[in-house]
Amino acid sequence: MSEHATPSAVEGIKARSRQLRGTILEGLADPLTGAIGEDDTQLIKFHGSYQQDDRDLRNERREQRLEPAYQFMVRARVPGGICTPAQWLAFDEIARTYANGTLRLTTRQAFQLHGVLKRNLKPTIAAINRSLLDTLAACGDVNRNAMCAVLPFERNVHAQAIDLTRRLSAHLLPRTGAYHEIWLDGAKLVDTQQDEEPIYGRVYLPRKFKLAVAVPPDNDVDAWSQDLAFVAVAAYGHIAGYNVLAGGGMGMTHGDPATWPRLADTLGYIPAEAAIAVAEAVLTTQRDRGDRSNRKHARLKYTIEDMGLDAFRAEVERRAKIAFAPAREVAIRDNADPLGWRTDDAGVHHYGLYVPSGRVVDAPEWRALSGLREIARRELAEFRLTANQNLMLAEVAAARREELAALLAEYGLSAPVSRVRQLALACVGLPTCGLAMAESERYAPHFLAAVEALIAKHALGDAPIGIRITGCPNGCARPYLGEIALVGKAPGRYNLYVGGAPDGRQLTAPLRDNLTEAEILEALDALFARYAAERSDGEAFGAFVRRAGIVPAIASGREFAAAAARLSAG
Amino acid sequence: MSTAVLLDTALTAPRRDLRSRLEQALDGCSEEDLIWASGFLAGLSARGQRRQTEAGAPARAAEAPRTVPTLTILYASQTGNGKGVAQRALDAATAQGIAARLVNLADFNPRQVKQERAVLLVVSTHGDGDPPDDALALHRLLHGAQAPRLERLSFAVIALGDSSYPHFCKTGRDFDARLEALGAKRLAPRVDCDLDFHTAADGAVAQLLAAVAPGEAAAPARITLVERTPREAASEAADPVREILATASVLTNQRLSGRHSTKDVRHLEFGLDTGEFAYEPGDSVLVTATNAPALVDELLATTGWSATETVRLGETSLTLREALGSRLELTLLARPTLAALAARSDHGPLHDALAGDGEALQSYVRERQLVDVLRESGARLTAQEFVALARPLGQRAYSIASSRLAAPGELHLTVAVVDGRYDGRPRPGCASGFLAARAVGEELQLKLERNPAFRLPREDDAPIVMIGPGTGVAPFRAFIEERTARGARGRSWLFFGERTQREDFLYQLEWQRHLRQGSLTRLDVAFSRDTAHKHYVQDRLRERAQDVYAWLEEGAYIYVCGDAQRMAKDVHQALIDLIARSSGREAAAAEDHLFELKRQGRYQRDVY
Repeated sequence: MSEHATPSAVEGIKARSRQLRGTILEGLADPLTGAIGEDDTQLIKFHGSYQQDDRDLRNERREQRLEPAYQFMVRARVPGGICTPAQWLAFDEIARTYANGTLRLTTRQAFQLHGVLKRNLKPTIAAINRSLLDTLAACGDVNRNAMCAVLPFERNVHAQAIDLTRRLSAHLLPRTGAYHEIWLDGAKLVDTQQDEEPIYGRVYLPRKFKLAVAVPPDNDVDAWSQDLAFVAVAAYGHIAGYNVLAGGGMGMTHGDPATWPRLADTLGYIPAEAAIAVAEAVLTTQRDRGDRSNRKHARLKYTIEDMGLDAFRAEVERRAKIAFAPAREVAIRDNADPLGWRTDDAGVHHYGLYVPSGRVVDAPEWRALSGLREIARRELAEFRLTANQNLMLAEVAAARREELAALLAEYGLSAPVSRVRQLALACVGLPTCGLAMAESERYAPHFLAAVEALIAKHALGDAPIGIRITGCPNGCARPYLGEIALVGKAPGRYNLYVGGAPDGRQLTAPLRDNLTEAEILEALDALFARYAAERSDGEAFGAFVRRAGIVPAIASGREFAAAAARLSAG
Repeated sequence: MSTAVLLDTALTAPRRDLRSRLEQALDGCSEEDLIWASGFLAGLSARGQRRQTEAGAPARAAEAPRTVPTLTILYASQTGNGKGVAQRALDAATAQGIAARLVNLADFNPRQVKQERAVLLVVSTHGDGDPPDDALALHRLLHGAQAPRLERLSFAVIALGDSSYPHFCKTGRDFDARLEALGAKRLAPRVDCDLDFHTAADGAVAQLLAAVAPGEAAAPARITLVERTPREAASEAADPVREILATASVLTNQRLSGRHSTKDVRHLEFGLDTGEFAYEPGDSVLVTATNAPALVDELLATTGWSATETVRLGETSLTLREALGSRLELTLLARPTLAALAARSDHGPLHDALAGDGEALQSYVRERQLVDVLRESGARLTAQEFVALARPLGQRAYSIASSRLAAPGELHLTVAVVDGRYDGRPRPGCASGFLAARAVGEELQLKLERNPAFRLPREDDAPIVMIGPGTGVAPFRAFIEERTARGARGRSWLFFGERTQREDFLYQLEWQRHLRQGSLTRLDVAFSRDTAHKHYVQDRLRERAQDVYAWLEEGAYIYVCGDAQRMAKDVHQALIDLIARSSGREAAAAEDHLFELKRQGRYQRDVY
């Protein structure tokens, strides 16, 4: 642990920020730049926004003696991904008025708007607030958007899971008045300092914090990738309690063997009513024990590694005043979304809509923005954003099912696609994300078509192989759980990982570093050839490459890091 | 002094005849007129011995009274045109032995007009019938309640204008009528000069001088003006004595407007082949452009003329393609050319435009170029006839955007590409389109046009306030670079405006750097299309009224560069208002204050 090490620069910024105020207001008012103050770019994350720039234009604009094309990504928290038709319409309009005319559904069931200019930032956030959603703590060193399984077969169970998700979200929300002051013209509070944040305190968490509520057998929220997950243990339509997982996390840094993706550990079982207290205990333990000197070592996963699981569990029990019981047996099926028409135990209809890379846009053959606007106008469904960048059109009245189906067809939204495409995830990447090292979302359609061709070549049918692509190693699309994963290294070059499992409980393994597209496809061609020839009945691709000894079964974050180091050394 | 004093009793017959004619001519003259006439006569004799009186006796200069009134040639125009005409008049007067002096109205105390006896006023008209900056003070005085009576003044006016504007030569007409109303005597009828009056007005000055000095067979003065328009300011060489030329090779041709801008503004950097091209911040260059090959092709296709046909242009013969490409004005339209075409066409809109008020003509010429008129009017004429009636291709003036101290051997321009369209066809501006199309390494000729009326303060400590929206910011880039290179410590404040912050913030990174480094003290911006309610630089000035006034009180110089039609006027009014509001003066007093600043050289404008 590094309790006595020098706090990182961001810690200083937070400490000086007067509970996230900084000089954001002054920066917004500065007409000479489309950017805000440098320190404020850290603080504004807590308000749900990243300052970015159009990286496609960066060099061109330097030549034009113009500053980078600064713009903001605005992320709205949608606890459990549940959004009313009215809220959908609000975001649709905001996207067309203030952003780049598209809506992005994220891997955390949130909305992202891209290309918002500084002068439109305040109107955007104010409009989001009027829709009764908000952006507070959508990013930053706080609990991010609380996730929830999108469509358990059992309605009552889902209702209880959503209820917990919303309570967790509300309980762990920052209390600072800065948000209202800056974005909603709220009255300035007198300087109350510490009292403003009873849970977070003056400097918030050492790093971001992610939680989800899963309802087995679905693992659509990828519970094992979260800092904290509540895995429902239900019987007869009632959630009695939860298996609590802690310490999952995806982010790592290329070439830094002290960083790794990690699956969450199981802390144990708790009764349902203890969930809030346990969540607060986990979060405050991380608040107090997490590493504030090195942001690459600050996530809860490292805190648990450093404390030891037993010590961590004991600390949580002490703070929550509970004792964990041994975890209950639960069956996990997969981490995919239920797509297409589903009918739950009450006979209510739901339609899982595949949204390529979560981008809701009007393309010539796929007019999602217009189609979903019409569906929302007619209030045909509730909109649920899924953890896999898709959309669940839920609660469709039987009498209106045909009307919805007709609209989906009219707007080109129900054309059949391969399983590989349905399962694929891609982060936003270039040109907006400041962290991207390589293309992601823009590259995915092209890459997936190439994979489809290989699958056809090897007569693998409609093989459900989970592919995840990210433009950098930070892991927004949870690549380290993919059966196949591409992680950006440089423009046109990716590290290739294979060996994850469809249930989201197996880390992938580094296979090759720094490959071009041709090299990736060549490698996959060889793997698919063996898979076609040697797989056993129903054996998933990820399982096959482990069984065949092509990659080891990675059992921990440290093993992952060691394998990655061997690869880059060899 | 009475007339008798002049007359000797012992006169020869010719002298008697002369006397009677003089008496006739001087009948009713005031004493002051007679003084002037005596000076005039002295001037005649001062030309020496080669000219004789009718009696053949040499005139005796020694007899001239000591107080010799002089012909004062006053000029004011935004470009060098007025000065050029005035200079020719001076040369012609001097050549004829007429004592004359040349005075820029900017340097002329309006109240001094009462002391003048003979004035030739050369004045242009701008925008909406407005006087040029330098004539504002005199114009205001003569048209105001405090206007002096001017019975002792003789005058003539040469008015410069552009007949495609509604208020053609209005300022000249105003002065001409007003001077007469105030009792001054008109020596000769006013001459109104259009853009292309190089033929029509040849001899205008000679005619006036003949009126000043009857009996003189003055040699016709040859005056060549180049056109200027609000879109692309142009003027002839400011220094008629010595042209300063350079061959400039393009080092950089960089678009400054962002990719999604509605404009195309370029930053051009040139390497100069000579150190003689010693420009100063505030100066301009004249660019000789050629017409775009595509435009020449289109005109040839429209008319069916042969590109290789030989045509005569003045003394020279050349192919039609050469004439169209590099000799003739094809992009800007003026009334005489249109009238000549109308005479060969029965096209209704063209005739309507010429018959209507100036507004009709303005709207007709706004988007069209010559090729459009040829096509639409179906005017029937030969290539040779066309060459004879088209105006010569003019030069365009651009403010220099660099400092020789900061960029030795270089010269930078900021050029807004005029990207007009007519009937779906691109109609780029001639010079701006020409410059935008120059590739790195290409060479072109630049001529220096000095602008001594637009200069940084001599004192490096003096604060400066610069108002330069759009490409009007160009000279201020030169100012700031010059001051930075000089290590000047005076504060500086720039007001800049454009359409959008993201796409049109000309030199944004440079201003940000200057602000960081302290070489620019303040920067206020107005981006008219970023907000529902449009804001312009004058609005920012008003918002900053107190501070601007405080700077003025601390000795700040104010500079305005850019559009004369609206911006410069609105800024002028904003300055008056802010002075009035901040100082508690009446509006008129505030205006006086601003004029006073102008006279002190602390309010300088380069507007077009």
